[in-house]
Amino acid sequence: MKNLLNFFKRFLLLELFQGLSVTGKYFFARHITVEYPEEKTPQGSRFRGLHAQRRYPNGEERCIACKLCEAVCPALAIKIEVAEREDGSRRTTQYDIDLTKCIFCGFCEESCPVDAIVETRIFEYHGENRGDLYYTKDQLLAVGDANEAQIAQDRAADAKYR
Amino acid sequence: MINIEIDGKQIQTENGSTVIEAAHQAGIAIPHFCYHKKLSIAANCRMCLVQVEKAPKPLPACATPVSEGMKVFTHSEQAVKAQKGVMEFLLVNHPLDCPICDQGGECMLQDMSVGYGNGHSRYHEEKRMVLSKDIGPLVSAEEMSRCINCTRCVRFGAEIGGQMELGQAFRGEHAEIMSFVSGSVDSELSGNMIDLCPVGALTSKPFRYKARSWELSRRRSVSAHDSLGSGLAVHTKDNRVLRVLPIENDDINECWLSDRDRFAYEGLSSEQRLTKPMIKQGGQWQEVDWQAALEFCANGLRQIASGAGAEQIGALATGNSTMEEMYLLQKLMRGIGSDNVDFRLRQSDFSADGKQQGAPWLGMTIGDIGRADRILIVGSFLRKDHPLLAARIRKAVVRGAQVNVIHSTDDDLLMKVAHKAIVAPDAMVDALSQVAKGVAAKQTDGIAGSLASGERVAVLLGNFAQQHPQAAQLQALAQQIAEATQGKFGFIGESANSVGGYLVKATPAGKGMNAAAMLAAPRKAYVLLNVEPELDCADAQQAIAAMQSADLVIAMSAYKHGATEYADVLLPIAPFTETSGTFISSEGRVQSFNGAVKPLGEARPAWKVLRVLGNLLKVDGFDYETSQAVRDEAMQGVDVAVKLNNAVSGIESKPAVVSGLQRVADVPIYATDAIVRRAVSLQATTDAAQPKAWLHSKELSKLGVTAGVQVKVAQGQGNALLEVAVDDGLPEGVVRVAAGHPLTAKLGAMFGTITVERA
Repeated sequence: MKNLLNFFKRFLLLELFQGLSVTGKYFFARHITVEYPEEKTPQGSRFRGLHAQRRYPNGEERCIACKLCEAVCPALAIKIEVAEREDGSRRTTQYDIDLTKCIFCGFCEESCPVDAIVETRIFEYHGENRGDLYYTKDQLLAVGDANEAQIAQDRAADAKYR
Repeated sequence: MINIEIDGKQIQTENGSTVIEAAHQAGIAIPHFCYHKKLSIAANCRMCLVQVEKAPKPLPACATPVSEGMKVFTHSEQAVKAQKGVMEFLLVNHPLDCPICDQGGECMLQDMSVGYGNGHSRYHEEKRMVLSKDIGPLVSAEEMSRCINCTRCVRFGAEIGGQMELGQAFRGEHAEIMSFVSGSVDSELSGNMIDLCPVGALTSKPFRYKARSWELSRRRSVSAHDSLGSGLAVHTKDNRVLRVLPIENDDINECWLSDRDRFAYEGLSSEQRLTKPMIKQGGQWQEVDWQAALEFCANGLRQIASGAGAEQIGALATGNSTMEEMYLLQKLMRGIGSDNVDFRLRQSDFSADGKQQGAPWLGMTIGDIGRADRILIVGSFLRKDHPLLAARIRKAVVRGAQVNVIHSTDDDLLMKVAHKAIVAPDAMVDALSQVAKGVAAKQTDGIAGSLASGERVAVLLGNFAQQHPQAAQLQALAQQIAEATQGKFGFIGESANSVGGYLVKATPAGKGMNAAAMLAAPRKAYVLLNVEPELDCADAQQAIAAMQSADLVIAMSAYKHGATEYADVLLPIAPFTETSGTFISSEGRVQSFNGAVKPLGEARPAWKVLRVLGNLLKVDGFDYETSQAVRDEAMQGVDVAVKLNNAVSGIESKPAVVSGLQRVADVPIYATDAIVRRAVSLQATTDAAQPKAWLHSKELSKLGVTAGVQVKVAQGQGNALLEVAVDDGLPEGVVRVAAGHPLTAKLGAMFGTITVERA
């Protein structure tokens, strides 16, 4: 009896059609694969990507060298040196983030009292040499300058929850 | 004793103490700002409000005396509500600029606001603003808006510093801390206001924006700048010393530190630091490696020892070299057959050598000085030479002690002086012997009367008395007075390791020459340890001449200095923060310390340099691995308590020989040693102003000059052009010209004849 059942199963290719039905189901279902880089997933305003240093609208850098980000950084990726600028204000002379150490936890951003260090939506950056991912103050400010509109918009969107 | 209850704990406390003292004694914390255990009670911050049973309102714990059966609640609902209310008021006008405030991370207000503050403010009006003030190069009062008007700084000035340089002006919301008309705070203890300030209103100017408190590593060290042995917490970052704070010890420096100890660290990172060994070849300085430099030294010393004789080699060290360094220096010298080694560079009378029973020391503990009821200070620029000792004596005076002074200048000690005898240097022995006679004759007035009426008498010989040409006689007289009054007498040591130098025998024994003799009869070779001869020696002129005539000068120094002109080798050695070592303070306290940072460049600890030099010269017993091994050998069988003895006998009296005007030379507070001389901020203070020729106004009119003009001051071959100034506190026939300053480095001995003429 068992042999007879198996004979008909084989003869009628039943298991093949069973398998093909799964294929067929997904063939007609809605596609969820994102064809990166032609397509991209949507990002939230709290996305934590590449860091940037911001400026005030008058061009003055925001960072006041309080070193809270350096202190809070769990990966010790931030290095800051401070000096008094000629006008007597407290400013950094060095602000480096080692992106190879960074774990993108966002603590730096959270600890900053003046919203100077932020994490942007940028995640497509690379370095061809190891040192390329060691971002200095000038590089971070350049990132901030280039993306200020988006950064400001994201901060504004998140402001009511902070 | 009184029984009280705090937070349910039964506590026994002394009658007359306050609630906060009793609580601290029992380990119960009460929040406070204006209260400080060493200052008077102001009770103006109101932070320490506590609930007391049967009291209708919360009471300030710092100003409420305990009474029998009192029940105090420090954390009850009423107390906490009151404390939180006070905190809210304190924060009303506080700028909350913690991210840029140097006090951030070690701020009392910040800490307390975590416990008692609100997460948000109910105050939305304008905050009060207080203008910044410039009160000198050491203390920054840039952000006076941060001030919470606790008046700790004001009370410190009035009570500990002896002069009220800061005060609170205006009332209510307009109240602010400001200095008086002149505008600057010149006290030699001003840095303590920075420690006292519970917020970031008064901060350290040299440390401004240098680092945050949490980044710093703290290392223990001992002050190298005076003989008190103050404990230092050296704060370092990235192998650099960034600031120095006191380590509290009630037996030594209490919780204070003099500005010299606190800010001298700037000299450690001076551009003049020597970082590579250098040899002079054909008149040109060349950087070489250690091996070449040390072999050059060894060959040079060997040649002179075998040619002219080992007694043609002299070694000089400063009194702030560590005990290990001095021990190895004398061991090296004696190993190559010379007994010419000394560290008492500014001393001019060595006739007590061989007649002393032990090493001269303070003769009592520092605490004993504070407890003395009659004090005689002989020949000391006390406030400038030993700022913290002056503060301790000031406190004793407030408690009722009488201070008497015999000196050649009448500088304001900022304390009540009972009697004083201001006489020319050549009359000091006379003045002191008058006192000795008066004490013996039970005189009832004057200095002698004051001393005779005391129960705990202290006679202290200062730097000036030790450098005096009749120092031994002054010592013998002080001994007589102390014996007659059943008191104690002693020396306030000149430098950090004066006692240590004696204990490790860094002084000539037998036929050796002392510091003055070595320079008076120039040697063919000199080994200098930390010494800048033109600034550190009793007779600058003579010292320079001796150095220039020598065939070989080996200068071990942390700095490039005048030695570049006459030295043949410069060996970079590490200052006290970069080496391990031991200082023995004036009161005989043996304190060892480790290096706080690594030596700069190729500089090496001097004990290592001397060890290798000993090996190269094939002197036995130079196989030390650590500085501890050197210390153990140096201190082997030395019982410090037994070795310290001021008793002296058989001193012959010799008359003072001075004709015409006499020089009175102080070593200004910020010119005492090589590190201090290079501390930039200290050099910007009024205490570091260019030396002037100070004269009594009668002497001035005799000369026919007016104050402010330039005069030519001459001694021997050398002269200096100095501004002349009037000081009617000086005796007549005396010119006060500071030593230890480049401007006066061409002059001769610190005591003796000097001429002043119109320039």
